[in-house]
Amino acid sequence: MKVIVDEERCVGAGQCVLAAAEVFDQREADGIVVLLDAGPPDALHASVEDAAARCPALAIEVRRGGA
Amino acid sequence: MNDTPPGADTRPGTDLRPTTGACPATGARPATDAPRPAPRPQPTVRTCPFDPPEEYRTLREQDPIAPVTFPDGATGWLVTRHEDVRAVLADPRFGANRRPARLGSPAPADTPLPPPPPGMFLMMDPPEHTRIRRLLTGQFTVRRMRQLTPAVERIVAEQLDAMASAGGPADLVRDFALPVPSLVICELLGVPYADRADFQRDSSAMLRLDATQEEARQAHLAMHRYIHELALAKRVAPTDDILSGLMQDGRLTDEEVAGVGALLLLAGHETTANMIALGTMCLLGNPGQLAALRADPSLMDNAVEELLRYLTIIQFGLRRVALEDVELGGHLIEAGSTVLASVTSGNRDAERFSGDPDRLDVRRPYSPHLAFGHGIHQCIGQQLARVEMKAALSALLDRFPGLRLAVPAEKVPMRDDMLIYGVHELPVTW
Repeated sequence: MKVIVDEERCVGAGQCVLAAAEVFDQREADGIVVLLDAGPPDALHASVEDAAARCPALAIEVRRGGA
Repeated sequence: MNDTPPGADTRPGTDLRPTTGACPATGARPATDAPRPAPRPQPTVRTCPFDPPEEYRTLREQDPIAPVTFPDGATGWLVTRHEDVRAVLADPRFGANRRPARLGSPAPADTPLPPPPPGMFLMMDPPEHTRIRRLLTGQFTVRRMRQLTPAVERIVAEQLDAMASAGGPADLVRDFALPVPSLVICELLGVPYADRADFQRDSSAMLRLDATQEEARQAHLAMHRYIHELALAKRVAPTDDILSGLMQDGRLTDEEVAGVGALLLLAGHETTANMIALGTMCLLGNPGQLAALRADPSLMDNAVEELLRYLTIIQFGLRRVALEDVELGGHLIEAGSTVLASVTSGNRDAERFSGDPDRLDVRRPYSPHLAFGHGIHQCIGQQLARVEMKAALSALLDRFPGLRLAVPAEKVPMRDDMLIYGVHELPVTW
């Protein structure tokens, strides 16, 4: 799994942090998403998918497989 | 707060004909050559205090993107399925600015859309919306809101102490549900809590459905003036709060700071207060769920999400205006048309929430709900709301094991008459 975030789209809602705190954080200054792990282990895939689904601004893209 | 719709609007030339051509999505939509369906009234009447109007179920099943007449006589589209509501709210072709008409008070349809008031970023589209929201998001991160937990818990405990020593019955709204978020947002913004009678009166006037446009405008102006003066004082003598920070930052005009402050103050106490009070009433009305929660306090995070989904206090939905022609579910939504995205209905959509979405279930696995809206306007204060709801409900249930309504449930005055649903009062004893 490869995770890509779009800082420009992010609106700082924090939903991704609730869903997968191991993978997403928020910048202290402006609350914009910080990607902690662009290739999270299998055990976190479900919560990362959840984070992408929750994101109100569609700022998280998840590519499955070797892409 | 979500983007609370200040009322209906429409634009000249809005035509509600369904688009011609068979709908690719479902066979249930109007046929190609069907006559234009008459708009139906937007459903507003509840039969159960915890359930949205029953018509939403039929609409979701039979007419999920329906031409409607809003209570002020304006026409537009009502979107009721979870998937479609999300699609509308995430689509930049739908703008957030709209005529500041009020539900129940007709506005002339041919006046141009005025600019949103300064700082009122929930009624703005990018890039203006982005410019203002980005100055605030750092103040409302998950981490920062969780750091507030001890302070929120202290405020909660003080209110419960006062309630306990005064003895029951109490009005849970007046004595607990309203003071807790009001104290917290006052502290965050740097607004003196002693001034609450004024700003709570103004907030209420802005949210009442029977307020005239002029009354709502005056209430908004009063709150704006109040925050403006406060902010100007903070420029001279800054303190450690959001208003001072915005004044020191200098990227917003004074007028914009006042608008942002008024919005955060209104949103910060009206919404959470109602979730705490209505949530309590709902748990008391579902004793099995309440017992499960008392038996296993670790369910509280999930219960908060379920209450948010189930009760969805943005009761009339979120309003958008099509900025260009948009095809939605086989309908042509013409530029200028108003679209009302019903978050209340979407949160009861059985296609999204399995296992009877009309039942409160504190163990229901989390699914993304629409209680905080969706898209770029999704509630900026949602993490604060979560912290407050969790602290308030946990401590309330813990402190008063015998908590119960002090009047029959049907005597509780419900806020059918406000943009934000909830209870006007909640008499309880213990």
